[in-house]
Amino acid sequence: MDDELTWRSGFKDVLPTIFGYIGIGLAFGIIAKAGHFSVLAAVLMSLIVYAGSAQFVMVSMLAAGSPIGAIVLSTALINARMALMSMTVAPLLQEESMLQNITAGTLLTDETFALTMNKLNHTGHTLHSRWLHAANIAAYLVWAGATLAGAMLGQLIPNPADLGLDFAVVAMFIGLLYLQIITDRTHPRRRQVGLAVFVAALMVVLMRFMPGNLAILAATVIGCLGGMAVKHRD
Amino acid sequence: MTKTVFFAILLSGIATWLIRVLPFILVKRFTLPAWLIDFLSYVPVAILTAIYVESLLTYHAGRWPSVNLPNLLASGPTFLAAIVSKNLLVIVIVGIASMAVLRALGWG
Repeated sequence: MDDELTWRSGFKDVLPTIFGYIGIGLAFGIIAKAGHFSVLAAVLMSLIVYAGSAQFVMVSMLAAGSPIGAIVLSTALINARMALMSMTVAPLLQEESMLQNITAGTLLTDETFALTMNKLNHTGHTLHSRWLHAANIAAYLVWAGATLAGAMLGQLIPNPADLGLDFAVVAMFIGLLYLQIITDRTHPRRRQVGLAVFVAALMVVLMRFMPGNLAILAATVIGCLGGMAVKHRD
Repeated sequence: MTKTVFFAILLSGIATWLIRVLPFILVKRFTLPAWLIDFLSYVPVAILTAIYVESLLTYHAGRWPSVNLPNLLASGPTFLAAIVSKNLLVIVIVGIASMAVLRALGWG
Protein backbone atom coordinates (compact mmCIF):
# COMPACT_ATOMS: atom_id res chain seq x y z
CA MET A 1 0.00 0.00 0.00
CA ASP A 2 1.33 3.48 -0.91
CA ASP A 3 0.17 7.11 -0.71
CA GLU A 4 -1.49 7.17 -4.16
CA LEU A 5 -5.22 8.00 -4.14
CA THR A 6 -6.05 7.27 -7.79
CA TRP A 7 -8.65 4.95 -9.35
CA ARG A 8 -5.90 2.52 -10.33
CA SER A 9 -4.52 2.50 -6.80
CA GLY A 10 -8.02 1.82 -5.42
CA PHE A 11 -8.41 -1.25 -7.64
CA LYS A 12 -4.93 -2.44 -6.70
CA ASP A 13 -5.43 -1.95 -2.93
CA VAL A 14 -8.79 -3.77 -2.85
CA LEU A 15 -7.36 -6.90 -4.50
CA PRO A 16 -6.48 -8.82 -1.29
CA THR A 17 -10.06 -8.44 -0.01
CA ILE A 18 -11.51 -9.97 -3.20
CA PHE A 19 -10.96 -13.55 -1.93
CA GLY A 20 -13.19 -12.80 1.03
CA TYR A 21 -16.00 -11.48 -1.19
CA ILE A 22 -15.67 -14.50 -3.50
CA GLY A 23 -15.71 -17.02 -0.63
CA ILE A 24 -18.67 -15.54 1.20
CA GLY A 25 -20.51 -14.51 -2.00
CA LEU A 26 -20.31 -18.07 -3.37
CA ALA A 27 -21.44 -19.47 -0.02
CA PHE A 28 -24.36 -17.03 0.07
CA GLY A 29 -25.44 -17.94 -3.48
CA ILE A 30 -25.29 -21.65 -2.66
CA ILE A 31 -27.23 -21.28 0.60
CA ALA A 32 -29.87 -19.00 -0.94
CA LYS A 33 -30.41 -21.53 -3.75
CA ALA A 34 -30.52 -24.43 -1.28
CA GLY A 35 -33.15 -22.43 0.68
CA HIS A 36 -35.33 -22.43 -2.47
CA PHE A 37 -34.65 -18.85 -3.47
CA SER A 38 -34.39 -18.10 -7.18
CA VAL A 39 -31.10 -16.99 -8.73
CA LEU A 40 -32.75 -13.60 -9.33
CA ALA A 41 -33.75 -13.23 -5.65
CA ALA A 42 -30.25 -14.15 -4.46
CA VAL A 43 -28.56 -11.67 -6.80
CA LEU A 44 -31.10 -8.91 -6.05
CA MET A 45 -30.41 -9.38 -2.35
CA SER A 46 -26.68 -8.96 -2.95
CA LEU A 47 -27.25 -5.91 -5.17
CA ILE A 48 -29.88 -4.14 -3.03
CA VAL A 49 -29.10 -5.13 0.57
CA TYR A 50 -25.34 -5.67 0.04
CA ALA A 51 -24.47 -6.76 3.58
CA GLY A 52 -22.93 -10.18 4.19
CA SER A 53 -24.19 -11.43 7.53
CA ALA A 54 -27.56 -9.65 7.25
CA GLN A 55 -28.24 -11.47 3.98
CA PHE A 56 -27.69 -14.89 5.58
CA VAL A 57 -30.09 -13.92 8.37
CA MET A 58 -32.65 -12.68 5.82
CA VAL A 59 -32.55 -16.00 3.95
CA SER A 60 -33.18 -18.01 7.10
CA MET A 61 -35.91 -15.63 8.34
CA LEU A 62 -37.70 -15.65 4.97
CA ALA A 63 -37.47 -19.44 4.82
CA ALA A 64 -38.97 -19.58 8.33
CA GLY A 65 -41.84 -17.32 7.22
CA SER A 66 -40.97 -14.40 9.52
CA PRO A 67 -42.97 -11.18 9.00
CA ILE A 68 -41.36 -8.47 6.83
CA GLY A 69 -41.22 -6.00 9.72
CA ALA A 70 -39.12 -8.40 11.80
CA ILE A 71 -36.81 -9.07 8.85
CA VAL A 72 -36.24 -5.36 8.15
CA LEU A 73 -35.67 -4.64 11.85
CA SER A 74 -33.14 -7.49 12.17
CA THR A 75 -31.30 -6.30 9.06
CA ALA A 76 -31.17 -2.74 10.41
CA LEU A 77 -29.83 -3.93 13.79
CA ILE A 78 -27.18 -6.16 12.21
CA ASN A 79 -26.09 -3.28 9.96
CA ALA A 80 -26.30 -0.56 12.61
CA ARG A 81 -22.51 -0.67 13.04
CA MET A 82 -22.25 0.63 9.46
CA ALA A 83 -23.34 4.03 10.81
CA LEU A 84 -20.18 4.17 12.94
CA MET A 85 -18.01 3.33 9.95
CA SER A 86 -19.74 5.87 7.72
CA MET A 87 -19.37 8.55 10.38
CA THR A 88 -15.65 7.76 10.64
CA VAL A 89 -15.08 8.03 6.88
CA ALA A 90 -17.40 11.00 6.23
CA PRO A 91 -15.20 13.79 7.69
CA LEU A 92 -12.45 12.76 5.23
CA LEU A 93 -14.74 13.53 2.27
CA GLN A 94 -16.38 16.62 3.78
CA GLU A 95 -14.77 18.91 1.18
CA GLU A 96 -16.14 16.85 -1.71
CA SER A 97 -19.64 17.20 -3.23
CA MET A 98 -22.76 15.71 -1.67
CA LEU A 99 -23.06 13.33 -4.64
CA GLN A 100 -19.56 11.94 -4.04
CA ASN A 101 -20.37 11.54 -0.34
CA ILE A 102 -23.65 9.71 -1.02
CA THR A 103 -21.98 7.47 -3.63
CA ALA A 104 -19.16 6.60 -1.24
CA GLY A 105 -21.60 5.86 1.60
CA THR A 106 -23.90 3.74 -0.59
CA LEU A 107 -21.22 1.12 -1.29
CA LEU A 108 -19.17 1.27 1.93
CA THR A 109 -18.63 -2.15 3.55
CA ASP A 110 -16.78 -3.51 6.59
CA GLU A 111 -13.94 -4.48 4.26
CA THR A 112 -13.58 -1.25 2.28
CA PHE A 113 -13.93 0.72 5.54
CA ALA A 114 -11.07 -1.24 7.11
CA LEU A 115 -9.02 -0.85 3.95
CA THR A 116 -9.63 2.91 4.01
CA MET A 117 -8.45 3.14 7.63
CA ASN A 118 -5.23 1.33 6.63
CA LYS A 119 -4.80 3.57 3.59
CA LEU A 120 -4.99 6.73 5.74
CA ASN A 121 -1.82 5.63 7.54
CA HIS A 122 0.03 5.91 4.21
CA THR A 123 -1.53 9.15 2.92
CA GLY A 124 -1.04 11.48 5.89
CA HIS A 125 -4.69 10.96 6.87
CA THR A 126 -6.14 12.27 3.59
CA LEU A 127 -8.62 10.53 1.30
CA HIS A 128 -10.00 11.05 -2.20
CA SER A 129 -13.39 9.76 -3.28
CA ARG A 130 -12.08 8.22 -6.52
CA TRP A 131 -9.81 5.81 -4.58
CA LEU A 132 -12.74 4.76 -2.37
CA HIS A 133 -15.12 4.48 -5.36
CA ALA A 134 -12.66 2.17 -7.15
CA ALA A 135 -12.36 -0.09 -4.09
CA ASN A 136 -16.13 0.03 -3.42
CA ILE A 137 -17.20 -0.69 -7.01
CA ALA A 138 -14.74 -3.58 -7.42
CA ALA A 139 -15.98 -5.11 -4.15
CA TYR A 140 -19.64 -4.63 -5.16
CA LEU A 141 -19.23 -6.27 -8.56
CA VAL A 142 -17.23 -9.21 -7.20
CA TRP A 143 -19.84 -9.74 -4.47
CA ALA A 144 -22.71 -9.76 -6.99
CA GLY A 145 -20.74 -11.96 -9.41
CA ALA A 146 -19.84 -14.47 -6.70
CA THR A 147 -23.49 -14.61 -5.56
CA LEU A 148 -24.60 -15.26 -9.16
CA ALA A 149 -21.96 -17.99 -9.58
CA GLY A 150 -22.89 -19.61 -6.26
CA ALA A 151 -26.63 -19.57 -7.02
CA MET A 152 -26.22 -20.86 -10.60
CA LEU A 153 -23.43 -23.39 -10.19
CA GLY A 154 -23.87 -24.27 -6.52
CA GLN A 155 -24.04 -28.01 -7.16
CA LEU A 156 -21.17 -28.07 -9.64
CA ILE A 157 -18.44 -26.21 -7.80
CA PRO A 158 -16.68 -27.61 -4.74
CA ASN A 159 -17.88 -26.31 -1.38
CA PRO A 160 -15.97 -23.03 -0.83
CA ALA A 161 -15.47 -24.08 2.81
CA ASP A 162 -13.43 -27.15 1.76
CA LEU A 163 -10.99 -24.80 0.05
CA GLY A 164 -10.77 -22.66 3.19
CA LEU A 165 -12.36 -19.73 1.31
CA ASP A 166 -14.78 -18.98 4.14
CA PHE A 167 -11.77 -18.03 6.28
CA ALA A 168 -10.61 -15.41 3.73
CA VAL A 169 -12.70 -12.71 5.40
CA VAL A 170 -11.42 -13.56 8.89
CA ALA A 171 -7.82 -13.62 7.60
CA MET A 172 -8.39 -10.24 5.99
CA PHE A 173 -9.64 -8.75 9.27
CA ILE A 174 -6.64 -10.23 11.10
CA GLY A 175 -4.36 -8.56 8.55
CA LEU A 176 -6.15 -5.22 8.59
CA LEU A 177 -6.32 -5.18 12.41
CA TYR A 178 -2.61 -6.00 12.76
CA LEU A 179 -1.55 -3.48 10.11
CA GLN A 180 -3.84 -0.86 11.68
CA ILE A 181 -2.26 -1.33 15.11
CA ILE A 182 1.33 -1.17 13.82
CA THR A 183 0.83 1.82 11.46
CA ASP A 184 -1.91 3.99 13.00
CA ARG A 185 -0.23 6.91 14.77
CA THR A 186 -3.47 8.60 15.90
CA HIS A 187 -2.90 7.21 19.40
CA PRO A 188 0.13 5.69 21.17
CA ARG A 189 0.58 2.01 20.25
CA ARG A 190 0.17 1.00 23.92
CA ARG A 191 -3.30 2.54 23.98
CA GLN A 192 -4.31 0.89 20.66
CA VAL A 193 -3.25 -2.54 21.96
CA GLY A 194 -5.02 -1.88 25.27
CA LEU A 195 -8.16 -0.92 23.34
CA ALA A 196 -8.02 -4.16 21.30
CA VAL A 197 -7.63 -6.30 24.45
CA PHE A 198 -10.47 -4.41 26.18
CA VAL A 199 -12.83 -4.82 23.19
CA ALA A 200 -11.95 -8.54 22.88
CA ALA A 201 -12.86 -9.10 26.55
CA LEU A 202 -16.06 -7.06 26.08
CA MET A 203 -17.06 -9.28 23.15
CA VAL A 204 -16.85 -12.45 25.29
CA VAL A 205 -18.95 -10.88 28.04
CA LEU A 206 -21.49 -9.23 25.70
CA MET A 207 -22.03 -12.42 23.69
CA ARG A 208 -23.28 -14.03 26.91
CA PHE A 209 -26.28 -11.68 26.55
CA MET A 210 -26.69 -10.84 22.85
CA PRO A 211 -25.91 -12.22 19.38
CA GLY A 212 -22.57 -11.41 17.81
CA ASN A 213 -23.75 -8.67 15.48
CA LEU A 214 -25.22 -6.60 18.30
CA ALA A 215 -22.21 -7.35 20.49
CA ILE A 216 -19.95 -5.87 17.77
CA LEU A 217 -21.89 -2.59 17.92
CA ALA A 218 -22.03 -2.47 21.74
CA ALA A 219 -18.36 -3.46 22.22
CA THR A 220 -17.23 -0.83 19.71
CA VAL A 221 -19.20 1.96 21.40
CA ILE A 222 -18.06 0.97 24.91
CA GLY A 223 -14.49 0.48 23.65
CA CYS A 224 -14.38 3.97 22.09
CA LEU A 225 -15.78 5.53 25.28
CA GLY A 226 -13.10 3.63 27.21
CA GLY A 227 -10.44 5.02 24.88
CA MET A 228 -11.69 8.57 25.50
CA ALA A 229 -11.68 8.03 29.27
CA VAL A 230 -8.11 6.68 29.25
CA LYS A 231 -6.92 9.58 27.10
CA HIS A 232 -8.35 12.12 29.54
CA ARG A 233 -6.63 10.36 32.43
CA ASP A 234 -3.22 10.17 30.66
CA MET B 1 -39.80 -14.52 -6.46
CA THR B 2 -42.82 -13.93 -4.22
CA LYS B 3 -44.04 -10.46 -3.32
CA THR B 4 -42.94 -11.03 0.31
CA VAL B 5 -39.36 -11.83 -0.72
CA PHE B 6 -39.24 -8.83 -3.04
CA PHE B 7 -40.51 -6.36 -0.42
CA ALA B 8 -38.28 -7.83 2.29
CA ILE B 9 -35.27 -7.26 0.01
CA LEU B 10 -36.39 -3.77 -1.03
CA LEU B 11 -37.20 -2.51 2.48
CA SER B 12 -34.11 -4.08 4.07
CA GLY B 13 -32.07 -2.51 1.26
CA ILE B 14 -33.54 0.93 1.93
CA ALA B 15 -32.94 0.60 5.69
CA THR B 16 -29.31 -0.47 5.13
CA TRP B 17 -28.76 2.31 2.59
CA LEU B 18 -30.04 4.95 5.03
CA ILE B 19 -27.73 3.61 7.77
CA ARG B 20 -24.77 3.86 5.38
CA VAL B 21 -25.57 7.22 3.80
CA LEU B 22 -27.18 9.39 6.51
CA PRO B 23 -23.91 9.87 8.44
CA PHE B 24 -22.27 11.17 5.24
CA ILE B 25 -25.13 13.65 4.69
CA LEU B 26 -25.11 14.82 8.32
CA VAL B 27 -21.31 15.23 8.45
CA LYS B 28 -21.38 17.14 5.15
CA ARG B 29 -24.00 19.55 6.57
CA PHE B 30 -22.71 19.95 10.13
CA THR B 31 -19.24 20.07 11.63
CA LEU B 32 -18.66 17.31 14.15
CA PRO B 33 -17.97 18.37 17.76
CA ALA B 34 -14.45 17.66 19.07
CA TRP B 35 -15.60 14.91 21.48
CA LEU B 36 -17.24 13.00 18.63
CA ILE B 37 -14.09 13.23 16.49
CA ASP B 38 -12.13 11.90 19.48
CA PHE B 39 -14.69 9.08 19.89
CA LEU B 40 -14.49 8.15 16.20
CA SER B 41 -10.68 8.00 16.28
CA TYR B 42 -11.01 4.78 18.30
CA VAL B 43 -13.51 3.18 15.91
CA PRO B 44 -11.03 1.48 13.50
CA VAL B 45 -9.16 -0.64 16.07
CA ALA B 46 -12.26 -1.19 18.22
CA ILE B 47 -14.54 -2.34 15.40
CA LEU B 48 -11.89 -4.49 13.67
CA THR B 49 -11.17 -6.24 16.98
CA ALA B 50 -14.89 -6.74 17.63
CA ILE B 51 -15.51 -8.18 14.14
CA TYR B 52 -12.52 -10.52 14.48
CA VAL B 53 -13.35 -11.76 17.98
CA GLU B 54 -16.97 -12.34 16.89
CA SER B 55 -15.65 -14.81 14.30
CA LEU B 56 -13.85 -16.72 17.09
CA LEU B 57 -17.01 -17.17 19.14
CA THR B 58 -20.34 -18.93 18.62
CA TYR B 59 -23.41 -17.39 20.27
CA HIS B 60 -25.77 -19.58 22.32
CA ALA B 61 -28.89 -17.86 23.70
CA GLY B 62 -28.72 -17.61 27.50
CA ARG B 63 -25.27 -19.22 27.79
CA TRP B 64 -21.65 -18.20 27.45
CA PRO B 65 -20.36 -18.20 23.86
CA SER B 66 -18.26 -21.21 22.81
CA VAL B 67 -14.94 -20.99 20.97
CA ASN B 68 -14.92 -21.53 17.19
CA LEU B 69 -11.88 -23.82 17.25
CA PRO B 70 -11.15 -24.02 13.47
CA ASN B 71 -11.11 -20.22 13.19
CA LEU B 72 -8.93 -19.94 16.31
CA LEU B 73 -6.45 -22.54 15.00
CA ALA B 74 -6.25 -21.00 11.52
CA SER B 75 -5.63 -17.60 13.16
CA GLY B 76 -2.18 -18.71 14.37
CA PRO B 77 -0.43 -19.04 10.99
CA THR B 78 -2.41 -16.03 9.74
CA PHE B 79 -1.11 -13.76 12.54
CA LEU B 80 2.40 -15.11 11.90
CA ALA B 81 2.03 -14.23 8.20
CA ALA B 82 0.88 -10.73 9.23
CA ILE B 83 3.91 -10.18 11.46
CA VAL B 84 6.39 -11.55 8.92
CA SER B 85 5.01 -10.18 5.64
CA LYS B 86 2.96 -7.08 6.61
CA ASN B 87 1.28 -7.73 3.24
CA LEU B 88 -2.50 -8.16 3.11
CA LEU B 89 -2.52 -10.45 0.07
CA VAL B 90 0.03 -12.80 1.67
CA ILE B 91 -1.93 -12.77 4.94
CA VAL B 92 -5.20 -13.70 3.20
CA ILE B 93 -3.59 -16.48 1.14
CA VAL B 94 -1.86 -17.99 4.20
CA GLY B 95 -5.20 -17.80 6.06
CA ILE B 96 -7.10 -19.61 3.30
CA ALA B 97 -4.35 -22.26 3.02
CA SER B 98 -4.31 -22.80 6.81
CA MET B 99 -8.06 -23.40 6.87
CA ALA B 100 -7.88 -25.67 3.79
CA VAL B 101 -5.21 -27.78 5.56
CA LEU B 102 -7.32 -27.94 8.76
CA ARG B 103 -10.34 -29.10 6.75
CA ALA B 104 -8.28 -31.66 4.78
CA LEU B 105 -7.04 -33.06 8.12
CA GLY B 106 -10.64 -33.22 9.29
CA TRP B 107 -10.03 -30.68 12.11
CA GLY B 108 -12.12 -27.94 10.57
